[in-house]
Amino acid sequence: MQTGAELNQYKSHVKALNFYYGAFHALKNIDMALHANKITALIGPSGCGKSTFLRCFNRMHDLYPGNRYDGEIILHPDHVNILSHKVDPIEVRMRISMVFQKPNPFPKSIYENVAYGLRVRGIRQRAVLDEKVENALRNSALWDEVKDRMNDLAFNLSGGQQQRLCIARALATDPEILLFDEPTSALDPIATASIEELIADLKDKVTILIVTHNMQQAARVSDFTAYMYLGELIEFDETDTIFIKPKHKQTEDYITGRFG
Amino acid sequence: MDKTDELNELRRIIGLHKRWDFLFMITGIIALMIAILTFIALFAQMLIDGMPRLSWDFFTSFPSRRPESAGILSAWVGTTLVMLVTAATAVPLGVGAGVYLEEYAPKNIFTEILEINVTNLAGVPSIIYGLLALGLFVYQLGLGQSILSAGLALALLILPVVIVATREAIRSIPVAIREGAYALGATKWQTVYDHLLPYSSAGILTGIIIGLARAIGETAPIITIGALTFIAFLPPSPITEGFPYISFEWLTAPFTVMPIQMFNWVSRPEEAFQLNAAAAGLVLVVMTLTMNGLAIYLRYRMRKNIKW
Amino acid sequence: MSDKLDKNKNYAGRLGYSYRRNLRERLIESVLFLSAALSVVIMLSIVVMLVKESFVFFQHVSLWDFLTDTQWTPLFDDAHYGILPLVAGTVVSSTVALLVALPLGTIIAIYLSEFAPFSVREIAKPFLELLGGIPTVVYGYFALLFVTPLLQMIFPTLPGFSLLSAGLVMGIMIIPYVSSMTEDAMRAVPMHLREGSYAMGATRFQTAIRVVMPAAFSGIAAAYILGISRAVGETMVVAIAAGMQPNLTWNPMEPAATITAYIVQVSLGDLPHGSIGYQTIFAAGLTLLLMTLVFNIIGHVLRKRYREIY
Repeated sequence: MQTGAELNQYKSHVKALNFYYGAFHALKNIDMALHANKITALIGPSGCGKSTFLRCFNRMHDLYPGNRYDGEIILHPDHVNILSHKVDPIEVRMRISMVFQKPNPFPKSIYENVAYGLRVRGIRQRAVLDEKVENALRNSALWDEVKDRMNDLAFNLSGGQQQRLCIARALATDPEILLFDEPTSALDPIATASIEELIADLKDKVTILIVTHNMQQAARVSDFTAYMYLGELIEFDETDTIFIKPKHKQTEDYITGRFG
Repeated sequence: MDKTDELNELRRIIGLHKRWDFLFMITGIIALMIAILTFIALFAQMLIDGMPRLSWDFFTSFPSRRPESAGILSAWVGTTLVMLVTAATAVPLGVGAGVYLEEYAPKNIFTEILEINVTNLAGVPSIIYGLLALGLFVYQLGLGQSILSAGLALALLILPVVIVATREAIRSIPVAIREGAYALGATKWQTVYDHLLPYSSAGILTGIIIGLARAIGETAPIITIGALTFIAFLPPSPITEGFPYISFEWLTAPFTVMPIQMFNWVSRPEEAFQLNAAAAGLVLVVMTLTMNGLAIYLRYRMRKNIKW
Repeated sequence: MSDKLDKNKNYAGRLGYSYRRNLRERLIESVLFLSAALSVVIMLSIVVMLVKESFVFFQHVSLWDFLTDTQWTPLFDDAHYGILPLVAGTVVSSTVALLVALPLGTIIAIYLSEFAPFSVREIAKPFLELLGGIPTVVYGYFALLFVTPLLQMIFPTLPGFSLLSAGLVMGIMIIPYVSSMTEDAMRAVPMHLREGSYAMGATRFQTAIRVVMPAAFSGIAAAYILGISRAVGETMVVAIAAGMQPNLTWNPMEPAATITAYIVQVSLGDLPHGSIGYQTIFAAGLTLLLMTLVFNIIGHVLRKRYREIY
């Protein structure tokens, strides 16, 4: 059993996680801990399984036939194994939000995009919706830009704004963990900088897990970094340690750009 | 709020929403069942009524005033000949137009009008084509109420189907194939004829079969051009004994087709004729189902074989 | 420029060949262009033919009478030329058909696109396609000899010909068109939009209704418009099962002729070319074409406005 201090320290534990796309063994026996209110980055070359790993956290894999997984992802404080087939994936997704690689606003107004997660939970009172939408937009640093055009179609926003809108959408429901799947790879450098800043600001409110193939980004924003290769978790430590003196030669090679 | 209370509230809401999911799934299955059951009822009704009438004689006899000796000889011969005219007209015109729109057409206002026009033609009710054929082919061009008029009317009707199928089939060929041909010095037409048409032939054929299957079942335009419904003779044979051994007299002959024969029998009050209608309907449905089934099979095979 | 180049014979020969080749290319392009342009000629001929004969018709009958007279008896001695009864028959039978086809077609499309397992979809789609390929005269037979007797068990007063029976069967007949186009439109919605919704904890139904359908709006609108044009222009089912007597009624339990059924009825008889009876079917046809044209234009506008918003 863990002690009380440890319980507050960790948001989640991953234990012996295996994942298969049909016959392909995509994640091999992964063990990892997710520190509460910290930012953890997943890095590694393309195809190493980092996105697959991320998507296990909100059971996105359940949407497609042919995907199999075993092992545990324990979510604290109630110690529920969110991978268990007894746990409803919808419940998991309501507790753990996700922001995707490409901004994917719905074909709705800015307001309705942010309110979507609340409406899905059955919240109808306008005052509650208004308040939560405003909070989420403020927290994603979008409020000042959109407060006068809440009823505009979300597609009229720029790429960076759309991605911040998607972050606001994910924040509006007060998730316990926020997953980012390469959130800046479709954006220009200026929009990327503003998203990175935003992510760094959010960790007071929520535990963050972010996939990135940009090592500078991992070094800039994260507290912990996990290096993955061919479906295995090679090394996991504080970001400073990983980038300054990694234990494994392979990690060092990747970080210094010698391969990957 | 306590975490457990919060979670329990969440679970209650999820349970509520999932009930809607389940209800909708049941509704979806029921809706699909309605379509399937209708089809089964339709087929069963015709099978029960029509099956006893189906015999060799039914195919080799002319229609008659006595229901028990009436047959569909003139109807299926008529349908075959009309389809010959339809295919001979619609296939070259439709494929040509499809090739033009996909490979040749410049991006200008006229091309846009052409494209919108093809879409609009597909939405024109079939009976309107009948009126066009009545005014234009039967009277203006003096072709009369003949196999030629009927075949041309149906050709115009299915032209949009063939055009759209040709365009889609050609569009699915990657640009690299065209560039490969041009790089070897092929002209536009050589690229089209040697590469694009052969590689898209399965898709085009699928469209042609679907179009012809539709034409076989079309009744309204043929009624409109005033096709007679009681035809107890065959059109003149296309092959003659004396020189030049081939004759096109059949093109101008009066005729009847399968759906018209069926409609004629359905509208008779005597029940015995309605049994004939069921038998004719059975033959008609088997013909169209076979053609459509063939098209679906071709498309399925195409999807499996083509890797680009 | 060419006189600066090497003037040997071989080179000139190639040039000549290339000239011939260009001519052939031009010729082929012209032939292809003509077959494409034929579609415009067809459309124009349809309009010209209908308008020309209708023009003669409207010299006998005033447009006012045509639109306001409540009787359509052009072949009687006491001839009336009010299109209203035929329009009413068309509207009632189409409404019944659409009340069946649009909801059922949409439900089937949502089910197949968002709910059904792969195997069910692979079987159901071609099956629906086959259903859509059955000749309409066969559906007419089915309406008259199966559905009408069935309905008469429920409503004993239902006559042998009725708009209800024809409309119901027409509705079933149109389901495949609506469902397959709607499903295509929904499946064209990119997966990342669905994932966005599922990631928020939405159920399948919520995702389908709140995200996928709004995103596929233009395609769904096109499917509905096609369904409406089919219903309005459908001929054989109504001609067989709804009767061919013009009857100004809004009650689906009665028999009544539609515009299309009237054209069939006149064509079955032997009307001399050029008579007023002959012209009436062109006037009726023009009315029908205008009705479908209105729906097609609405479809174009909707598609233009909402094109590819995802």
